[in-house]
Order: sequence, then structure tokens, then C-alpha cells
Amino acid sequence: MTAYEPVIGLEIHVQLKTRTKMFCGCALSFGEEPNTRTCPVCLGLPGTLPVTNAQAVQYGIMMGLALGCEIAPRSIFHRKNYFYPDLAKGYQISQYDIPLCLGGRLGDVRIHRIHLEEDAAKLVHVGTSGRIHGSDASIVDYNRGGTPLAEIVTEPDIHSAEQARDWLQLLRETLRQLGVSDVNMEEGSLRCDANVSIRPAGSSELGTKTELKNMNSFRFVMQGINAEIARQTALLEAGEAVVQETLHFDPTSGRISSLRSKEEAHDYRYFPEPDLVPLVPTPEMLEAAQAAIPELPAERSARYERDFELAPDTAYLFSFEPEWGDYFERAADGADARATAIWVTELRSRGGDVPPETLAKLVALVGAKTVTAAAGRTILDTLIAEGGDPAQIAERDGLTALEDSGELEAIVAKVIAEHPDVVERIQGGNAKAMGALVGPIMRETKGRADGGEVNRLLRAALGL
Amino acid sequence: MIELTAAQAAAAIKTGDLDAREYFDVYRERAAADALNAYTWVAEAAPEIDASGPLAGVPVAIKDLFCTEGVPSQAGSKILEGYRPPYTATSVANLQRAGGTLLGKTNQDEFAMGSSTENSAFGPTLNPWDTARVPGGSSGGSAAAVAAGTAPWSIGTDTGGSIRQPAALCGIVGLKPTYGAISRYGMIAFASSLDQAGPFTRDVTDSALLLSAMVGADPCDSTSIGLPGPVELPTRTDLKGIRLGVPAELSGEGIEPGVLAAFNDTLDRARALGATVETMHLPHAPHGLAAYYLIAPAECSSNLARYDGVRYGFRAPGQATLLDMYTATREQGFGAEVKRRIMLGTYALSSGYYDAYYGRAQKVRTLIAKDFTDAWERFDFVVTPTAPGVAFELGAKTADPLAMYVNDVCTVPMSLAGIPAISIPNGLSEGLPTGFQITGPAFSENRILDAAFALEQAIGFDGGKARA
Repeated sequence: MTAYEPVIGLEIHVQLKTRTKMFCGCALSFGEEPNTRTCPVCLGLPGTLPVTNAQAVQYGIMMGLALGCEIAPRSIFHRKNYFYPDLAKGYQISQYDIPLCLGGRLGDVRIHRIHLEEDAAKLVHVGTSGRIHGSDASIVDYNRGGTPLAEIVTEPDIHSAEQARDWLQLLRETLRQLGVSDVNMEEGSLRCDANVSIRPAGSSELGTKTELKNMNSFRFVMQGINAEIARQTALLEAGEAVVQETLHFDPTSGRISSLRSKEEAHDYRYFPEPDLVPLVPTPEMLEAAQAAIPELPAERSARYERDFELAPDTAYLFSFEPEWGDYFERAADGADARATAIWVTELRSRGGDVPPETLAKLVALVGAKTVTAAAGRTILDTLIAEGGDPAQIAERDGLTALEDSGELEAIVAKVIAEHPDVVERIQGGNAKAMGALVGPIMRETKGRADGGEVNRLLRAALGL
Repeated sequence: MIELTAAQAAAAIKTGDLDAREYFDVYRERAAADALNAYTWVAEAAPEIDASGPLAGVPVAIKDLFCTEGVPSQAGSKILEGYRPPYTATSVANLQRAGGTLLGKTNQDEFAMGSSTENSAFGPTLNPWDTARVPGGSSGGSAAAVAAGTAPWSIGTDTGGSIRQPAALCGIVGLKPTYGAISRYGMIAFASSLDQAGPFTRDVTDSALLLSAMVGADPCDSTSIGLPGPVELPTRTDLKGIRLGVPAELSGEGIEPGVLAAFNDTLDRARALGATVETMHLPHAPHGLAAYYLIAPAECSSNLARYDGVRYGFRAPGQATLLDMYTATREQGFGAEVKRRIMLGTYALSSGYYDAYYGRAQKVRTLIAKDFTDAWERFDFVVTPTAPGVAFELGAKTADPLAMYVNDVCTVPMSLAGIPAISIPNGLSEGLPTGFQITGPAFSENRILDAAFALEQAIGFDGGKARA
């Protein structure tokens, strides 16, 4: 049996979070009454003309710069012509052969291009089916029509559904932190199509690709791609050919169905939009876009691994939740970064609010063995519940580590005396049974004892 | 009262010698009684008139395709029958702000596609010089109204000659400004990269006055830039030192002898006024028509896609499916010429044909523009007859689209180059008006108006007969 390598490229549509639409002054819509966010321009009334939204252009440039693209010194808009009721003008204004951004890379995937365009309106199918087939009527809500979109096209650098999902999550977080989009897949502000082909492992030629449309969650992206890889593999193994076509993945049935074949593909009759002038970003526009870009996840993650020697998982977590990343950096200032990272994740999982300087004091107490890790967690709970100073809480609640081993030795002896059966098992060769003595000792010391010290004393007392 | 030019009327209103409302009513009644089918709508009463602006309340007739809020704006098409837009075109709003008042909407070829105003869904407009003849087109209603004195002045649009050719055929002044001088916002589009609004007037002074109220960059039209300075009223009475170029390609073969004779007479007048006249070449101008009739249909095939029966205008009743509704609406709503151009343009943009047709036409367009750029090194203006013939009889060219298209041969190159040109009345041939066209570099409107004014005085044309 031949082993196949999947080759996957993604096309991602991102709704930009601008104040107004791409080519008119209507405010963007967030579930308002249908057809209340419209004007003569986005309704395509006779005589109206588009005017490009400067904020959308800036967001496009920010995306390009953040993903390492080259910003075109001059890009133009085209008209993509086709008839459909969700398209008020009978054409979509989009960029075609001269897009705003070219090239680039995010993580392990190269970016082919990014271009700007306008979204279509929303069709609502009236009737019990809720879908176009079997509906009584279709009505149009033009609120969404004209919403700014950026389309990001990757190179075919992805080789598994999992990689596609992980990369898409990185892209989503990058765009979210850029502040250019709500990036909500369920609500459609981030939409993903995948171009999928397979080839014999080791081959450098590309197989025939299919396009999987509009998968609206990370899970569906992965399921859809896996289903399509399986379908293509079965075809090739049966000696059949993959046909170039556009496909729909139905997550409920897991089935893939054809939307249209290559022969049915539209001729969009692209031509340069004569109602708009070319987009020529000025140095000021480029500088403003650059200045508006915060540190992004991929960069931040690499910096945490490099400068703070954090584990990749922790670095990734702090980059995807940059508010915790920022917190970590304040708490770790001049302290043991890796130990601080552990306590920041402790605090994050508890969901409390503790000033970073206070957490840094706690980390220092534990680091100096003034309190044990267990006692430190108790102190953290207290800090979350009532605030205060870690050292004072340790003192007040009697949580400082047992310093002279006299007191601990006495407790060890007491516990050994109380559990003769356990001692018998240990001396019979079952060293693991010692754990049954550690628990009671820790309870007696209220977590103030150091685990290593307890072990050492136990072994000494039992002659191991 | 109707023998006053618009500028004279505005001055009389300002001095109190003429009552603006009375003046409006005289024209309103004349427009309402129009027998040429020049109007598709006439104001029912005089509006509130503020005579303080430069236009002093003087009424303006507006080509149907300008959107006017609450007033039918149908672009001469059944598919927009009864359509009343919710907004007013920027150029019209500019006129109104300057004190212009809306007298009526004028007939036109459907979506400005035509050279005779016979392609209107509301019937043809007749030429006031001879009602058996066409007024030219596509802005035939606006031209006929001014020539017949049912409007003091009017505005139209020019895509390949739609202001200059009807102005010539009706014996009035028609100006196509530099592309971008006047906002296109609210002009129902034919071919976006060519469409430009402009004035129809009885004389050159009126042309300058009306132009001055229309121009200006508009935030709603990214392709608008206005003019670099204010429009001046023309004063020049000589042409000393002016170098006129006469392109051999547009002033010989194909021009009717009577039109050519009138043209040559005016070249003599120009010389007498101190101009030098020299034959020159616009080598690519003969390809202008071919390029134009690819670019304009290509753009119109896309611009007219919005007329699909979904949101406004005509919708064919009784259709079972979306595709049936689209097809029947456009089949029944558009006239033959519009359909022909949509099909031509769709073909020209189709995958596999784009480079050979649309792409090539754009290259020709660039070469034509360069012909003119080269000409400005040696000449101040390029002058030609405006149209190759006088007004033709109704129906004479409707069966032969190519014969109709040839009417635009002298006007299309300037449209493709985006440069300004004016047509002034140049005497009669066979009792019918001919036009003299003066073309200059981009933004040379003031200089063109000055030269036109000087020649106008020398020609001494009397259009009074058409107003009788």
C-alpha cells in the first residue's frame, strides 16, 4: 500500500473590525434588525460610487506587516462579476492580480498573499427547512453587505489536519491581538476554506486539489480535512482519479458533497474597478500601521523560550494569553523566571487577582525554602481571598517551614510508632509503602515540612 | 424674456429687473407644452427660490440619468420606470447650492447608449430645427430643450460625445470637461472611466457660468479632482499667438461636404483673429471608435448588472425561479441597444478574450492619450468638426448600429484621453446646425472657453429660429 502525504493550503476570510463598511459610511452590523445598516451605496442604488475605507486599508497593511508580507507600493481593486441576490451591484469589489500584500510567513507556513474585498449580504431562507432547498422564499438582509474582508491565502505548506488546526489557531490569535478582527469562527468573522490534495510520500509533484468550503470551527476544519484526505486516498487506491471541484463538508453526517465542478466554475470577468483609484500607501500610512502592531504570539513565545528559558508549553500559553504573559514579566522581574512561571500558572488556574509584586514575594519565600510549595499554595489561596503580604500570612497562620529538624524528627517518630503495620510492610521489602507514612506526617506538620527532609528522616529512622 | 441668455437673466434677477419666480414659470409652462418629447418630467410648480447665489434661481433642465431626490430618474429605461431615488447627484446638488432650480428631467438614449435619443424607452426626442430629424444623443432631450428655448440651459453627460454631438446637431454650446472635474456621484453609470457631466447652453458665457457651479472634488467620488482654479467668464476677442492643430484623421474623409465647408470657414475666421492653423496627425485616432466600443460596453456590462429586479425598478412578473426572474426582467426591461452592448461587453471581458479585446483596447486608449500629449508640445488646441454630419432623419440609422456609432468618430478620442472639449455652433449646412469642436489639454477649460468665446463672436451664429 502506498503511503500518501497530504498537501494543504488555506484561504481565510477575516471580517475586519472597522467602524464602517468597506466602501460606504454605514456602521458595521452586529445583529441589528435586517436592512437597517444600509445606504444607497451598499444597496447598489443607481448612480452610487464606492469610496475605500482608510481604516480597512490600515488593518490590511498591519496584517501584512505582522505576517512579514511585502506591502504593494500600488495595488488596485477589480470587479468580480456574477449575479446573485446577496450581491447588490452584480459584482463584488475585490483585489485580483495586484493585491495589497504579497509573500510572508507565520510560524511554519508561508503566506502567498493578502487582499481586501467586501462581504456579500446575507440570504435568509424562509420555511421549515431553513436551507435554500425546500424553502418557501429567500429574503435578503443587506446589513452584512459591504463589510470589509481581508482574504489570507497560504502556500500549500500544511501536511496534516492537526497542523492546519494548530496553525489556524495561531493565525486567529495573531489577528485577535492585532485588534483587526473579532475572529469568531461561529459568527463568521473568521471563515476558512481548505485546498486539499495528496501525493505519494516523497513525491514533489502536487496532486489534483479540491476546495473544501466554509468550515466554521477549528474542529470542523480538522474533521473536514481528514474526511477529504480519506476520500482522496480511497479514490487513488481504487485506481480512480481525484477530480478538481469545490466541496462542502457536512459536520453532522461527516459527509462530503460536491458544490460545483471545474467545468461549472464561474467566469467572473474580472476587470479593474474604474470607480476607484489605485491604493498607494504613503510612508506615513506604513509607519502608522507599523506603530499600531503589538508584540504578536509567535514572537512573544520565542522570546519567552529564549530570554526566560520557559518550557515551550508555558511560553505558548503566555503568548496566547498575553495578559498573563505581561503579568508574568512583571512578577519575574529580577526573579527566578521559571519558578515564577509555575506560580503564575497556579494563579491563572485559580483565576484570582494578586498583584505581581506580591506573587513575586511568594515565589521568593518558596525559593528560599522559608515556606514549602504546599504551604505556598495555601498562602496563594489566602492572597486571592483576602490579599495581604505572603510573609505575614505565613507567620500569622503558622505556615513557615520547620527549620530545626528536632520538631520534625519527633513527629516522624510519633507517626512510625502509630503505624506498626506499615513499618512491617516496609521492612518486609515494600519500600513504596513508605508513602503511607508521609501523608500523616504532612498532616501533622500542616504542610510546613519539606518533602525531601521527611523522606530522609523516615529512611534514617527505619534504617533503609 | 426667453431671448435672454441664462447669464443675462441671472444678472437681471440680481438687479431686480426680472422676477425669478415669474421667469421660472415662463420656462415651466414652455417645458410643460414641449412638443419635442424633450422632457420625461417637468416641475409642477416653482420651488422656493433663493436668488442670492451666482445662478440666481435660473431654472436648469437635467438629463434623466442624474439622480434627483424624489423625482423620477429613469435613465431613459423601462427597467427604471418610475424610479425615484432617495438622494440627489452631487453635480445637481452643487447647481442647486449655487441657486439653480430644477425645471425638469430630459429625455435621453437608454443609459446614455446612442447618438440620436431614439433609444429611449419613452420615445424619441425631435430636433427643433426639423422635427423629422433627431437631436443627436445621448443627451438629446437636454440639447433640444435649450435649442428650442424650453429651458434656459441644461446639463447632460458625455461618454463618447453625448454632450458635444447633440449640441452640434441642435446649434448650441456643449462642453465636456476634463474627466474628474465634476463628480459622477449620482449619475446613473454607463461607462465609469468615460462618463463626465457638462453644460448645454445657448452661448459660451453661459457655459462657463454653469460649469463653474458644477465642478469640484467630491468625497463620494474617488475619481473626482475638480479644477485647479476657479472657472472664469470668457472675455477674449482675438486668438493672437494661438496655435490650432487640425488632425488630418478627423477632418477629411467621412465628413459631409457642407460640414467640412463650415469648418474651413471658421478656420479662416481663426486665422483672421490671429491664430495659426496647421494640419497635424493623431495617428491612433482612427482606432478610437473600435477601442471605445470595447471599453464602454465592457464597463456597462458590469455597471448594468445591478438592474436585476431584486431591489428596485422593474421586475418581470410571474417567474418561478430566480434565474427566470433575472432573465425575464432584463429581457423585458432593457432595450435592444443596451442588450447589444451588454453582450458585446460581456464577451470582451470573458476569460480567454480579455487580452485580445479589453486589454488591447486599453492599450489603444493609452496611445490615443499620448497622441494628444504629443500634440500639446506644438499646439494650444486641436480643432475638428464635432460630428461628421448634420442631424439625420428619425429612423435613418436605427437599423445599422455601425452607421450610428460612426457619429462619434470626432468626439470619442477626447473621451478616451479624458481631456476637455467644447462644441460651439458653427453655422448651417443644408439649413441645419453644424458644430466646431475645440479640444485642449486636461484642466484647460478656462483657455478653451476663452478661445470658444472669441470664435463665437466671429461666427455670429443665431439660434433664434429654433426657439420660434
